[in-house]
Amino acid sequence: MNQKDEIILALETSCDETAAAIVKGGNQLLSNVVATQMEIHQKFGGVVPEIASRHHIEQITLVIDQALEEANLTINEVDAIAVTEGPGLVGALLVGVNAAKTLAYAHGIPLIGVHHIAGHIYANRLEKEFQFPLLSLVVSGGHTELIYMKEHGDYEVIGETRDDAAGEAYDKVAKALNLPYPGGPVIDQIAHEGNDIYDFPRSWLEPGSYDFSFSGLKTAVINKLHQLKQKGEEFRIEDIAASFQASVVDVLVEKTYRATEELGVNQLIVAGGVSANKGLRVELEKRFNEMDVELMIPPLYLCTDNAAMIGAAASIQYHNQNYKDLSLNANPGLILG
Amino acid sequence: MNVLGIDTSNQPMSVAVYKDDTLAAELTVNVKRNHSIQLMPSVEQVMKLADLEPKSLDEIVVSEGPGSFTGIRIGMTTAKTLAWTLNIPIKTVSSLKLLASNLIYQDGLVCPYFDARRGNVYTSLYRCNKGEIIEIEKDCNLTMIEWLEYLKSLDEIIYFTSPNGENFEPLIKDELGTKAIVVNQPFNLPRAGLLFALSQYEAETPIHTVKPNYIRITQAEANWNKQHGEGNQNESC
Ligand SMILES: [Zn+2]
Repeated sequence: MNQKDEIILALETSCDETAAAIVKGGNQLLSNVVATQMEIHQKFGGVVPEIASRHHIEQITLVIDQALEEANLTINEVDAIAVTEGPGLVGALLVGVNAAKTLAYAHGIPLIGVHHIAGHIYANRLEKEFQFPLLSLVVSGGHTELIYMKEHGDYEVIGETRDDAAGEAYDKVAKALNLPYPGGPVIDQIAHEGNDIYDFPRSWLEPGSYDFSFSGLKTAVINKLHQLKQKGEEFRIEDIAASFQASVVDVLVEKTYRATEELGVNQLIVAGGVSANKGLRVELEKRFNEMDVELMIPPLYLCTDNAAMIGAAASIQYHNQNYKDLSLNANPGLILG
Repeated sequence: MNVLGIDTSNQPMSVAVYKDDTLAAELTVNVKRNHSIQLMPSVEQVMKLADLEPKSLDEIVVSEGPGSFTGIRIGMTTAKTLAWTLNIPIKTVSSLKLLASNLIYQDGLVCPYFDARRGNVYTSLYRCNKGEIIEIEKDCNLTMIEWLEYLKSLDEIIYFTSPNGENFEPLIKDELGTKAIVVNQPFNLPRAGLLFALSQYEAETPIHTVKPNYIRITQAEANWNKQHGEGNQNESC
């Protein structure tokens, strides 16, 4: 590329992390600042949208300031502002969107609206260049999707959850087991001390479908707990966790594997907060070990919500001059593609 | 001095620019439209009308609330980010005071209020005197019935003004009778052009810590406090 590598300042406020990052040329991470509110929401057992929004506005200029400082840049050296436009919590998104619009206006530079999931996928580009066609498995508190990409910026959702997202199922099962929020990390941890002895159902849906469904599994776990308690049987929550996780991982890995076979992709990208799950990582690594498909799982700090991924995704839009004007709004139900 | 003023605390949106200490352009919109969509283009528009570049601004003044949580956050995020990135001071003004100051030359008591739903209001009380506005009661959140009880005890003529207070007008008339004068539109719309005049008396706020004045804690926190036997931290009058 002859052009100089563009510098993008990216913001992400779609849920409970206030984040800013500087990305150069779409794949060089100059700074990545995340102010997490996780502990604040813990006592409520989940993210409270109004509280999240209130914290975003208190953090927003601080994280931007720090992102520029860590990158050793002034805003005058920034070529474009990128922001998560959706999906997410509307009040939370609004803080990032309005801050981004203000920066774009104040400095007369382009504004780029990014889909949160496109960001999760592009987090991987900060580690390694994409090789199309590729498949992406996006698993987080709000998403469980299989996305096929023929080229940059081209997204085809081939499967998605019909009810709960995988991360949501983790949270609900954790609650039933009296484990703290968020449920993913804690279930993953104790699952390693238990065994899959309950053989919970695997929801395959119709033959050939790449969609997911986790609410039946969640109900099966809760019913089993009731049953065990009612009969006064002794049980280990480690075994419940291990059995639950085995069912989730089985379905995720099997459907993903089938899709990579059928579509003949070069890479499998795993993205979203749940890709930090050790159980899932181990199974994917086993399954894809001897395949021609290259398995890409970003490091933990790029799996959870961050602005670096938004900057990476925005780079493609920057080069296509896919800009937004100052009437950009938060779009909690934004569709990918 | 060149100053930008912003109010998005309720359905009306108002932005204004002072150029060389003189009101140069003001835009007040009172239609149901998302502030997030219209605020930034409106700022751009008034700045253009005043023939000013963002970098020539010397100060930002913004309504801090109370009002719609989302509304005040949109105005505050914009004002705060702009002040930060231009490295200029930011000042905040109560959105109730801004509304009351429409009557700054009407000597007497002025009660601005916003509908806070379920019979509640955000309100306060000011005395206007020859172009001066003096706070009598600070911004608070309570039921209109309680508030009117108190106002009745003052036994004085009071001007009531609200951009969204129609539901309370019969109650005001019932309780205060001829002592209540309800201000008609368009004098019940907040006007950002007045922010600069009011901000003269306000101190600068540190940019990173400036935030909306919601007055109310969130429902989730209120419920949590109730469950855990802690008192409600909402400010009442
Ligand atoms: Zn996410």
